[in-house]
Amino acid sequence: MSLELHDGPLEVEEISNRWFNEMKDKNYGAYIPFIGIVRDEDGISGLSFDIYEPILNSWFEEWQKKAKEEGAYLLMAHSRGDVPNHTSSYISAVVSPQRKVALKFINDFVEDFKASAPIWKYDLIDGKRVYAKTRSTALKGAGLLK
Amino acid sequence: MAKVEFLGPLNRESIDVEIKSLNDLKNIFKDDKELAEWLEICAVAVNDTLVCSLDTKIEENDKISLLPPVCGG
Repeated sequence: MSLELHDGPLEVEEISNRWFNEMKDKNYGAYIPFIGIVRDEDGISGLSFDIYEPILNSWFEEWQKKAKEEGAYLLMAHSRGDVPNHTSSYISAVVSPQRKVALKFINDFVEDFKASAPIWKYDLIDGKRVYAKTRSTALKGAGLLK
Repeated sequence: MAKVEFLGPLNRESIDVEIKSLNDLKNIFKDDKELAEWLEICAVAVNDTLVCSLDTKIEENDKISLLPPVCGG
């Protein structure tokens, strides 16, 4: 398990350096990080996030199992609450013995993260949280109670 | 009593319900006009596992969660 949640923007340098130092002597040949940065667009001052941790944890554990089967290992950090423009709300990384596995894995992992991780995003507009409904993806089985 | 929690942008207080299955919960919600639009797009978890059947049995002390569409990162 290497999933960490932080209140507010991520301290990218601290997290990146710590992860790299933890991984560098484990004999992985490839370390592929992805760092998401909040963009200034559509008049927002930043983003804000709610997270449902029990399902996020089990979702991440499933991915960690898949990574292990490939000899890889996953790391992920995400923000809770408000994250201003031009700071980071999301970092993930994959390490593996070879580059190709890690490159494929980071892509598949981040794609599924977007579609399945129980995290809700809000735009910060004039100090208010506005749910980013049109950019969100319904989870498996949505509409069951309609 | 089972507990129903409304996650993320649903932004409602949890409620306790006396039900035997998710079908019963659907009936409880059927006259809630404010919730109707959300129910179209919400997934449902029982004890933190997503479920896909209205026949899912609900036991005493179960936790039911309504999860709106997600967007991490």
